[in-house]
Amino acid sequence: MAKILRRERLVPNLHLLEVHAPEIAKRCKPGQFVIVMPDEFGERIPLTIADWNIEKASVTSVFLVVGTSTHKLSLMKQGDDIPVFVGPLGKPVDINKCGTVLCVGGCYGIGAIYPVARAFKEAGNKVITLLDVKANYLLYWEEKLKSVSDEFHISSRDYYYDCKDFVQHILKKIVKDKKESINQVFAIGCTYLMYACSQATKPYGIKTMVSLNPIMVDGTGMCGACRVSVGGETKFTCVDGPDFDGHLVDWEELFARRKSYFDDEIQSLCYWEKKIFP
Amino acid sequence: MPEKKEIPMELKERLKCEYDKEWRSNLRKSISAKERMKIPRQKMPQRDPEERNKDFNEVNLGLQEKKAKLEAARCLDCANPTCVSGCPVSIDIPTFIKLVEKGDFIQSARKIKEANSLPGICGRVCPQESQCELLCNLKKATGIPVAIGNLERFVSDYEMTCENVYIPSIASPTGHKVAVIGAGPAGLTVAGELAKKGHYVTIFEALHLPGGVLIYGIPEFRLPKKVLMTEVEYLKKLGVELRMNFIVGVTATIDDLKKEGYKAFFIGSGAGLPNFMRIHGENLIGIYSANEYLTRVNLMKGYAFPEYDTPVLHGKRVAVIGGGNVALDSVRTAKRLGAEQAIIVYRRSRVEMPARVEEVNHAEEEGIEFHFLTVPIRYIGNENGHVKAMECIRMELGEPDASGRRRPIPVKGSEFMMEVDLAVVAIGQSPNPLIPKSNPNLKTGKWGNIEVDWETMETSMKGVYAGGDIVRGGATVILAMGDGRVAASAMDKYLRQSKKRKKA
Repeated sequence: MAKILRRERLVPNLHLLEVHAPEIAKRCKPGQFVIVMPDEFGERIPLTIADWNIEKASVTSVFLVVGTSTHKLSLMKQGDDIPVFVGPLGKPVDINKCGTVLCVGGCYGIGAIYPVARAFKEAGNKVITLLDVKANYLLYWEEKLKSVSDEFHISSRDYYYDCKDFVQHILKKIVKDKKESINQVFAIGCTYLMYACSQATKPYGIKTMVSLNPIMVDGTGMCGACRVSVGGETKFTCVDGPDFDGHLVDWEELFARRKSYFDDEIQSLCYWEKKIFP
Repeated sequence: MPEKKEIPMELKERLKCEYDKEWRSNLRKSISAKERMKIPRQKMPQRDPEERNKDFNEVNLGLQEKKAKLEAARCLDCANPTCVSGCPVSIDIPTFIKLVEKGDFIQSARKIKEANSLPGICGRVCPQESQCELLCNLKKATGIPVAIGNLERFVSDYEMTCENVYIPSIASPTGHKVAVIGAGPAGLTVAGELAKKGHYVTIFEALHLPGGVLIYGIPEFRLPKKVLMTEVEYLKKLGVELRMNFIVGVTATIDDLKKEGYKAFFIGSGAGLPNFMRIHGENLIGIYSANEYLTRVNLMKGYAFPEYDTPVLHGKRVAVIGGGNVALDSVRTAKRLGAEQAIIVYRRSRVEMPARVEEVNHAEEEGIEFHFLTVPIRYIGNENGHVKAMECIRMELGEPDASGRRRPIPVKGSEFMMEVDLAVVAIGQSPNPLIPKSNPNLKTGKWGNIEVDWETMETSMKGVYAGGDIVRGGATVILAMGDGRVAASAMDKYLRQSKKRKKA
């Protein structure tokens, strides 16, 4: 059991969850995740860690409301107990001093990229941050990310910002405009964002790491649900990843596998809604 | 084959002492051996195959009192009970059986519990036919051994339904803290044994429920979770503490736990990564590892979706690759989830199947199909990336390999297509990598298994012991429990000596 210290809606459909988890707070590193179950009926879902605080013994995550289990999580309140909050799982991001790092975040990945950007900055790199949102009202943690970035960009599909364009085009523009070279790109967000960023940087040969988000069950290497093909080899995201070279990932396979339970998800949601709103 | 094991002197003496008791001797003489041999083996009552293959309730119903006593009367009560040497945890088999014949079922349950904290589980899932029952002298005489497993289950169930679960006397507290990593059969055994000896035991479990393979792997129809939970409650009554959702090696390391005062460790973290065949199309939708399939259904209760949130794919034509107990659990699960055809695809023939004979028979009764001497070589997907067929090749058996079983060899030109909409790969797993990875000092073998001294189950790290699948790669519940017993006795010695060392 872990106590919820804070649960709030950041922007429509994206929630922040801060949980009392002293052991995890003590040990976790950028890029790692936790497995969460909202109640005994729930699914075991992976959530990337977006921040932590050793003094408060807390671990924070940002999640997108998609299926039944995340809907349940979004209704939990401060003081509630989460039956399962286990981790920190997965390999941490390989943080090194390589020069200039471009961090891309979209959706829940705006939260998840924060500790990665912070760590690259602390390691002495120049950090350029690019956040992708569909519209201005979906942006959160802007100040937090600016505070760990040397340069800050937004890609958006509305007219609120000057840069109305898809993330890959802005990314390409940044790469082209730069006089100095970009040594690494790190992207976290929906599968499409990570795919698009990998495609955009491929012609330039810039190392692009992505934090993959396949379906998981146990999250400890036991079940093999999260297998992905990377460079022609099958890898288990939960123990071999979650970070992989975006230029080597078999994206088509990942897109397909993520859709394995689309119909079930709808059925599950309908069932649950009927149960809680009879 | 059972592990060749000499009965230790101490156990021999204990067996003899029980054997010589007056009631035993009188009971033995009350029916002649000749008469005993005439009693037929009592059939285990089971549910009708056509009824049971549609739900997840238990297949075997358990012996009734009268039948159990009759079965117990078949035991010849030999002076030299060879059955005991076939038991990895050295249960005093003749004594518990004779207590059944006498009608003292509660005492019988207690007798088993001296050696085995989890009799309700072992009575259901042990491969008795290749252990105790294989070495039964009645088998040598008549061909049909005493149904030791069924009797074990009977007394355990009897004790549970009477709610007269006996808590043995616990030695005075030693003040030593022991960490058991993994709440599977090995870990539960170690915890029970060490708690009885007065040590303070904490089990650290990665998942949200205890049991390891007993909860995520073995289905309800073979091992009701109620039985497992009763046995876990029993351990709690012995003073064992359970910490769920705690992954040693991740949430904290062995070194961290040492700082918290833990003196001895047992690693029973089990089988980790499922093996795949590394053939084309294996990552298509609709191809599961057996671990994932069974975990979704058992641990996450996918069979009760959408009441439970975790879905599981249902196939009309399901192929399960493999011939072990896990393969059979998977294929029978598929049938229960509504498969029209649930098929075992196994590369060897029936006699080489490693599964328990009873499970193979049950599966056959339930309408499971078997394709022997067959192996898939690639999977074919539809436009949505979902498996729709697998290409197979026929095999023939050559010379025996290292495992002693005849090696399957592909027959050239025998390729054929099999339509499937779900495939489950049940060809074993590799040991869990999390603990070896976080402890570079821990000596591991070629497959990532932890190496131990088999006499004590101690690893290359002082005070750190290991057993079960993390050591063996992929074995059985009872072998894991056997490891647990050996380790527990060595750990007890280690802890007591460390106390002496401190005093000196």
